[in-house]
Amino acid sequence: MPSFVPATPASNSIGSEGNVVQSNQNTDFGSFEHSLGFRIEDAINLSRTDPVFNQIKPNGRALGTDIQARAFNKSVVASERDQSSTASASQRIPLQKESQPNLLSIPGGHSENWGDSNMADTSPRTDSSSDDTDDRNQRLEAGPSAALGASDSSGRSKEKAVDQKTLRRLAQNREAARKSRLRKKAYVQQLESSRLKLTQLEQELQRARQQGIFISSSGDQSHSSNGNGAMAFDVEYARWLEEQNRHINELRSAVNSHVGDTELRIIVDNVTTHFDDIYRLKDTAAKADVFHILSGMWKTPAERCFLWLGGFRSSELLKLLISQLEPLTDQQMMGLYNLQQTSQQAEDALSQGMEALQQSLAETLANSPPGSTESSGNVANYMGQMAMAMGKLGTLEGFLRQADNLRQQTLLQMHRLLTTRQSARALLAIHDYFSRLRALSSLWLARPRE
Amino acid sequence: MDRVRELASKKAAVIFTKSSCCMCHSIKSLFYELGASPAIHELDHEASGREMEWALRNLGCTPSVPAVFIGGRFIGSAKDVISYHVDGSLKQMLIDAKAIWF
Repeated sequence: MPSFVPATPASNSIGSEGNVVQSNQNTDFGSFEHSLGFRIEDAINLSRTDPVFNQIKPNGRALGTDIQARAFNKSVVASERDQSSTASASQRIPLQKESQPNLLSIPGGHSENWGDSNMADTSPRTDSSSDDTDDRNQRLEAGPSAALGASDSSGRSKEKAVDQKTLRRLAQNREAARKSRLRKKAYVQQLESSRLKLTQLEQELQRARQQGIFISSSGDQSHSSNGNGAMAFDVEYARWLEEQNRHINELRSAVNSHVGDTELRIIVDNVTTHFDDIYRLKDTAAKADVFHILSGMWKTPAERCFLWLGGFRSSELLKLLISQLEPLTDQQMMGLYNLQQTSQQAEDALSQGMEALQQSLAETLANSPPGSTESSGNVANYMGQMAMAMGKLGTLEGFLRQADNLRQQTLLQMHRLLTTRQSARALLAIHDYFSRLRALSSLWLARPRE
Repeated sequence: MDRVRELASKKAAVIFTKSSCCMCHSIKSLFYELGASPAIHELDHEASGREMEWALRNLGCTPSVPAVFIGGRFIGSAKDVISYHVDGSLKQMLIDAKAIWF
């Protein structure tokens, strides 16, 4: 609610209008408005002043003015009585008499306008709807009090006392209405944001279900610790994908609009730096749940087809890119071919290490010393076996890390061999390829089944 | 440390491993694939294995195995070796140290 206190212009939110009003006050009523201002605050808590209604514009710009006009009527009447200095009272009576007819006319003349303005005004007027009712109340009050304006002072004093109580009551009503409106607004906003969150969650759930992830019911807490790591990573991966899409779109538009090399370099570097983020995320997630990353359940089914040690095969990717990056210089062609070879060799080496790990693990678990009858010895053996097996499982994280390192290094080396423009096209090609794989997954999951 | 240095300088390509380490197996496979025949020293079968492991760790090798030396010079652990391999410098180092010829 805009507060308008003539005594303290700083708090006047109506701005210039208020200033104009103030000057009017000074010219018309002298010190009258000051006392009026104080009284208004005390009695009505509305901080409105009388002369504003003189400034009422039919277009309803001064929404406060209608209230203020009504308030003026009240305040004039109220403050009159409360003025200790009766000397001024006699001076004011004629003023009041003057103003009465105006007030009488205003409710009728301006109510439609105010009604219009009330409807037209939107956000800042949170209490505009109650103002209508308040105005109506005031109008009702204005009627009888205005009618009695011409009667003797004692009758008027009774009216003023009644009006004061009424005004206070009305003010309290207004405040209560305003507060409840604000509460309602806050509640609705809360509901809206919760609804958004709910739809987002439902979408994620749908996506996760499609990927075949087992969604445990809310009561199942048994694998919450691992599940949290896995689910947290899935969420972060989804976010990373969205960011990647944005970066790629930026890159695509830059390539299509043929921007300069320096600018393109910056965008390309942005994309490659963004790639580092996912490897960092995978590293963190692997510490929590290496099997989730290795399983590839965070990828779509079609991507999982090509899964190797928790991700894609760099050598395969290079094979695809070489054909798409033409034209290439002989040197580039050689470099890329060599790169494909070396990544293939590294992949094979890591695969062999994984096989050795599998074999070693199997041997550890299958190993049972023949013919030992001592139960404690068996238990000790068992525990020893388990401890060894646990140690071997722990090395899986190392393999995943080396595999991701290989992927990162391969991409880095590829960019070293290419020009900026070729790098851009390579990044677009990689993204398009994986997008198609993901689209294929969606189609596959949505296929009609008999 | 002396033992490490001594063994590392005996052959062009030397790898310190542990028999239980599967990542060591990967790095060994990579060297064989490149045509090198590195000298393999398993720390868990060496007399001063524990001191050697400590010495390797002091060199900055984490994890301590596999630790790769080429031409007597410490190259690094699995991560470094793979990185050098990808950018082509591993092969060059092996050629320079005469561990391989092409």
